[in-house]
Amino acid sequence: MPAYDSILDLIGNTPLVDISSLSPNPSVRILAKLEGQNPGGSVKDRAAKAMIEEAEKEGRLGPGSVVLESSSGNTGIALAMICRVRGYHLTVVLPENVSQERRQMLEVWGAEIVSSPGAEGSNGALRAAQALAAEHPEWFFPYQYGNPANPKAHYEGTGPEIWRDCPEVTHFVAGLGTAGTLMGVGRFLKERNPAVQLWAVEPPSGETVDGLRNLDDGFVPPVFTDNEGDELLDRKMIVRARESIEWTRRLTDVGIFAGISAGSAVAAAVKGAYKLDEGVMVVLVADSGWKYLSTGAWTDDLDEVVERANRLIYF
Amino acid sequence: MSVSVRLPTILRTHAGGLSEISAEGGTIGEVVEDVVRQFPGTSSHLKAPDGGLHRFVNVYMNDEDVRYLGGLETPVDAGAQISIVPAVAGGSV
Repeated sequence: MPAYDSILDLIGNTPLVDISSLSPNPSVRILAKLEGQNPGGSVKDRAAKAMIEEAEKEGRLGPGSVVLESSSGNTGIALAMICRVRGYHLTVVLPENVSQERRQMLEVWGAEIVSSPGAEGSNGALRAAQALAAEHPEWFFPYQYGNPANPKAHYEGTGPEIWRDCPEVTHFVAGLGTAGTLMGVGRFLKERNPAVQLWAVEPPSGETVDGLRNLDDGFVPPVFTDNEGDELLDRKMIVRARESIEWTRRLTDVGIFAGISAGSAVAAAVKGAYKLDEGVMVVLVADSGWKYLSTGAWTDDLDEVVERANRLIYF
Repeated sequence: MSVSVRLPTILRTHAGGLSEISAEGGTIGEVVEDVVRQFPGTSSHLKAPDGGLHRFVNVYMNDEDVRYLGGLETPVDAGAQISIVPAVAGGSV
């Protein structure tokens, strides 16, 4: 193995591992793409690197530039690492109810944290960041929900990697979030094989959050609409906290210590696998479990963890 | 067929404060029409001017987004749980 010039060169090329022993259907293989292997610890390294490099190319970033992001964690952490290495100052707007580890990971990289009300979730953080961006037009706001570099990172990276490692793929299953992963990977795989099915997984909209939102607050990320997500997706399903945590725990049977959203994606794949005659499903494991240890997801009583999960943001 | 429909907070004020109501219909479209018939105040939140489903509303049948099942033409399963949910971004998956 060669020596790398920069830690950022280690982003991408994540391993794909067979976890079919968790499949309920012997004719359906399930493979996990381990994005927690990225140096910043999640799939978000890819989009963050692509957005920063795109801005550098456009001349929008220079030594000491300020970068702003709203993120419930992983994007902020990825940007924080990249900004540290590249010499930019990062300000992150973060809902106050994200897990402690996420906050600390940002502090590790020297990012400045601005808190937004937990009850307003990711949308509240986004609104606060947009207000800050309007006040400081000289700051670079990558805006992952609308930045074409986000899906492009997956169209040029994650998608081709899956195709290279598993051209027999029939289904790709991942969390929806900004839609960057699903739009980029989905577009690439469907160009190679239009029969590939694209399944999106979502957390339920929690009652506590619901109470402070109204329909006018409904938000569909531009990344989703710009890529005609409605046409691209084949299925979208909600996976609840209990199932997500149960499958996060089951993943340890195959030696995978993953974040809760990976449990959701595997739960969705397993649910679908029952009904298929045959298939090869690739499930995106967005991050590893370290940032979620304080939630007791693996060790505490399941009912208690589920109850807490409805108050904390895992995605 | 009668099914149970869960309403988001914003629609409850138009439905006498109820969080869950019963509606009749053989398809999702018929169920939505029945919700609007019972509670006319919900109409502008649920329906787009072209008569389709409002873009910022997701309708789920047993946790599956009906847009990818068959849209408003999706046949309603017996005993299905229908949920109406504002569309929101999941965050940073």
